This record gives sequence, C-alpha cells and structure tokens, in this order.
Amino acid sequence: MHSWTQRLMGAATTAAVLLAAACAAASALDAFHVPAVQAQAHVTKINRFHKQINGNDKVTLTFNVSANLESLFTWNTKQVFVFLTAEYENAKNSLNQVSLWDHIVPDKEHANLQLEVKSKYPLIDQGSSLRGKKVQLVLHWHVMPNAGAMIRNRMMLSEFKLPDAYSS
Amino acid sequence: MGFVGDTVESIRSMQIRQVLTQIISLGMIVTSALIIWKGLIVFTGSESPVVVVLSGSMEPGFKRGDILFLHMSKDPIRTGEIVVFNVDGREIPIVHRVIKVHERQDTAEVDILTKGDNNFGDDRLLYAHGQLWLQRHHIMGRAVGYLPYVGWVTIIMTEKPFIKYLLIGALGLLVITSKD
Repeated sequence: MHSWTQRLMGAATTAAVLLAAACAAASALDAFHVPAVQAQAHVTKINRFHKQINGNDKVTLTFNVSANLESLFTWNTKQVFVFLTAEYENAKNSLNQVSLWDHIVPDKEHANLQLEVKSKYPLIDQGSSLRGKKVQLVLHWHVMPNAGAMIRNRMMLSEFKLPDAYSS
Repeated sequence: MGFVGDTVESIRSMQIRQVLTQIISLGMIVTSALIIWKGLIVFTGSESPVVVVLSGSMEPGFKRGDILFLHMSKDPIRTGEIVVFNVDGREIPIVHRVIKVHERQDTAEVDILTKGDNNFGDDRLLYAHGQLWLQRHHIMGRAVGYLPYVGWVTIIMTEKPFIKYLLIGALGLLVITSKD
C-alpha cells in the first residue's frame, strides 16, 4: 500500500512530466508551422536631418508600414513583437542596425497593420556617415509563445537614400 | 499513533545499514541535481542557463515569475534578440531586448543598446555611469525558451527564507523516514 506522501509525489511528478511534454510538443508543432508574411514599408518624409553636438548624425523619419502578420499566429502564440530597423554599412562598422519603430501585436485580429508612423527611435549614426547614405529597411518579428521556444525572423523591405546635405 | 509518532518510531528503529543507505540516497538526489545544472551550463554555453524574470519591464511578453532558458553561442548578437546582461556595479542581471547594434569592420567588436519592451526609454540610465553601450562581455546569454509562472518558486524562497528551510527540512525528513 502507498502512503499519502508517495501518492502526492507520484501525482506531482506525473503532472510535471505531462506539462513538460505538452510544452515540448507545442514547440515541436510550431517548428513545422510555415508562416507567409507580407509586408511593405516606405519612407515618406525626412523630418529632420542634422549633426548632433557630439558629432553623430541624427535623422527623424516618417514612413508607412503595411504588414500582414496573421499567419504568424498559432494556438501557442502569446504575442508577436514586430519592429523595423534601418541597416547600413559604413567605413567604421560592417553592420549598423538601428531600430526605428516597434509594436506589440496581441492577437490575430490586430495582426493586419496599415500605419503611417514617425520613427519612435531616431536614426543616430556612430559618427557622421549618413549624408547620401543608402539605408535598407528591414522588418523583424519575434513570436513569443505561451510556453516553449521563441521564434525570430526578418524580411528585407525597401531601400532609401538620405539627402546629401543636412536639413538644418 | 499519528504521523509524528510514526516518524519518531521509524527513526528509533533504524539500523546502521539502513541509515547509510538513506545517506547515500540523499547524496544521490543532491548530486543528480548538481549534474543536471552543470550539464545544462555546458550544453547551453551560458553560465546561468535558466533565469527568473524579476521585473515587469518586459510585460506583457514576460511577467514577474516567468522563467527563461538561455543559450550562448558564437553567433553575433542582432537587434530584436532578448539578452541577459550584467552591468558593472549591479548584482542582478537584466533581461531586455536589443534595439541597436553597431559591429566594427576591423575587430568585429559590437556596441549594443537595449530597452525593456514595457519601458519608455532605452537602458542607458541603467548602465554604469557614463556607459553608452554594452559590449559582448556584458552579455550572459540570449533567451531562446520561455515557461510561465515556474519562477515564483524561487522568488518566494528568496523573499521568504523561512519557507525555503521548511521545504528543505520536510524533504529531508521525507527521504530519511521513507521505507523502501
């Protein structure tokens, strides 16, 4: 005959194993899920382009974003963190990745984005290499699950060229 | 007789051979826990493979009491990744998202800026005085997996040490008094 402590331990162990298996299964199923994200982004206006006192170029932009992220959602998705970066190379750095804007998509119903936004974070260079620079816009998404593995991916969008002179 | 009486009786009636077996089984539990932990450190390449979220700065993605599994590979750090970093002069590591990366042409060194999803501004105020960027050596790992609520066990045990000792005592008693 089992004592009550043994029964308790047995029940707790079984519960833990089942929960772990459910999490593993959810993550494994997510790995087979192939999303088809459609997105576009274009810079519509360069609001201000100047050199800061510390010598770094700073740009504030307005751009429109249209992105359909509905296919990213599965039954194990808690939210999708979506963000737009400006990426470029210059003499100092082989890669500059600067976030311009980000957004939390809480559910599938709000996953079809059509926005015109100002840059939430300004594009600040390490130095002053931005005049006449071609910059790539990249959309990134980070799928955060209810439990299990997190998934990241990205998509190259349009390029834009910054003006050859500062605006002020 | 009640539970307490049974327990006292079982301790009194133990043979030396049985005591030794129970010490060994207790040792096995402790060492196997240690093996799993050290194994995880080797496997994930991170000095602390599991961290508990302590603040609400990443809500609604991560709440206080959730746990994150970390992995530290040679792969370069990129924007959007959630990293755990240590700031000089701060004891508790911070879990936040990378929003800027600048990687050098010649040395491939990186400058990283982070921000909590739920915070208004970036993390420069949290960094050491005058520090503008994080470097690679500040990063302890990147979050790859997530489990909700499990971390409450450790939060409760650190904030109420009494419960920790009670739990350890109860478990120890259980191991010593259990009959095979």
